[in-house]
Amino acid sequence: MLRWLVWRDLMLAWRRRADVLSTLFFFVIVVSLFPLSIGPETQLLRAIAPGVVWVAALLASMLSLGRLFANDYQDGTLEQMLMTPQPLYLIVLGKVLAQWLAAEVPLIIAAPLLGAQFGLSSRTLLILSVTLLLGTPVLSLIGSIGAALTLGLRSSNVLVSLLVLPLYIPVLIFGAGAVDASIMGMTTLPNIYLLGAVTTLSLVFAPWATSAALRISME
Amino acid sequence: MLCGLLPPAEGEVKWDGANIRSLGEDYFTDVTYLGHAHGVKDELNALENLRVSCALTGIELRKDRARSILADMGLKGRETLPARLLSEGQKRRVALARLAVCNTRLWLLDEVMTSLDRSAVALIRSLIEQHLLDGGIAILATHQELEVAAESTMRLELAT
Repeated sequence: MLRWLVWRDLMLAWRRRADVLSTLFFFVIVVSLFPLSIGPETQLLRAIAPGVVWVAALLASMLSLGRLFANDYQDGTLEQMLMTPQPLYLIVLGKVLAQWLAAEVPLIIAAPLLGAQFGLSSRTLLILSVTLLLGTPVLSLIGSIGAALTLGLRSSNVLVSLLVLPLYIPVLIFGAGAVDASIMGMTTLPNIYLLGAVTTLSLVFAPWATSAALRISME
Repeated sequence: MLCGLLPPAEGEVKWDGANIRSLGEDYFTDVTYLGHAHGVKDELNALENLRVSCALTGIELRKDRARSILADMGLKGRETLPARLLSEGQKRRVALARLAVCNTRLWLLDEVMTSLDRSAVALIRSLIEQHLLDGGIAILATHQELEVAAESTMRLELAT
């Protein structure tokens, strides 16, 4: 069942790849604007790089959250999903997994290329990829709670950002912190462990919260 | 309310003697719901739509079987067209194809006959009659007349 659900969502994303690509290009452009506007001061660029890449990743993933449940809600598929014998927890997990694969993985792949603009060393770029790999699932998971809560509301996109962005702060701190530490030549492990803990925690609790939010929204 | 999405203001809805809200997912193993929003994805073709919606209810449908069901629904030759190229009535036929596959006891059908032509309505009627013959229950909300041949039918006229 889970396999079919993920396949379906990936297929839908593939047939609407313009949406996915626009998220990716948004990320690329936001990150590229900083070196262009600040100028070629390597020291400064290197110092802001972790924050810039991470903030851009947060904003880019906000763009795709609106689509997570809204389309299925409009055409009645969500209603049917709620009425299948499958646990809602699994359905949410499947949809979030598909969203992560379609929207976040391209960002993770693009990030090292963009990091090179900031003059980061290859070791730091590796750390950047690792933190994004660990951190972006949290963005999808926590984002799904916001998307479910604002389902069917007007101006839900703005509301999602307001609800969800503050919750992203721990991910931002640990993610950018690890990259920062790597630039300074310090150990990155504490930050990465903490990021892993946040990921695990949200993997357990977020789908459950999202299920509850979906039931409220569908009443 | 019967779908278990909305808590009733008073009383409770029971299925096999248990409140459906406490049955949770177990209730839905017995129920197939089809609403006026049919949930057919524009980006997928008829075949994919049918197989995915069946898979979500836990039935793995082989390709050739899905094809023959869609042919029964009058969609022969259109199985691999993206659903956005199908007419509203044809999309609804895709959604209805699910009824031919599922083996649940209770069907909840909400306004399923909108934008359907006469032959499709006849198709629904035969599906429902077959379902009732097999000992199933169908609850149908509709604005159109539909005469179903069955041992027992109950008619509720709500405010028009």
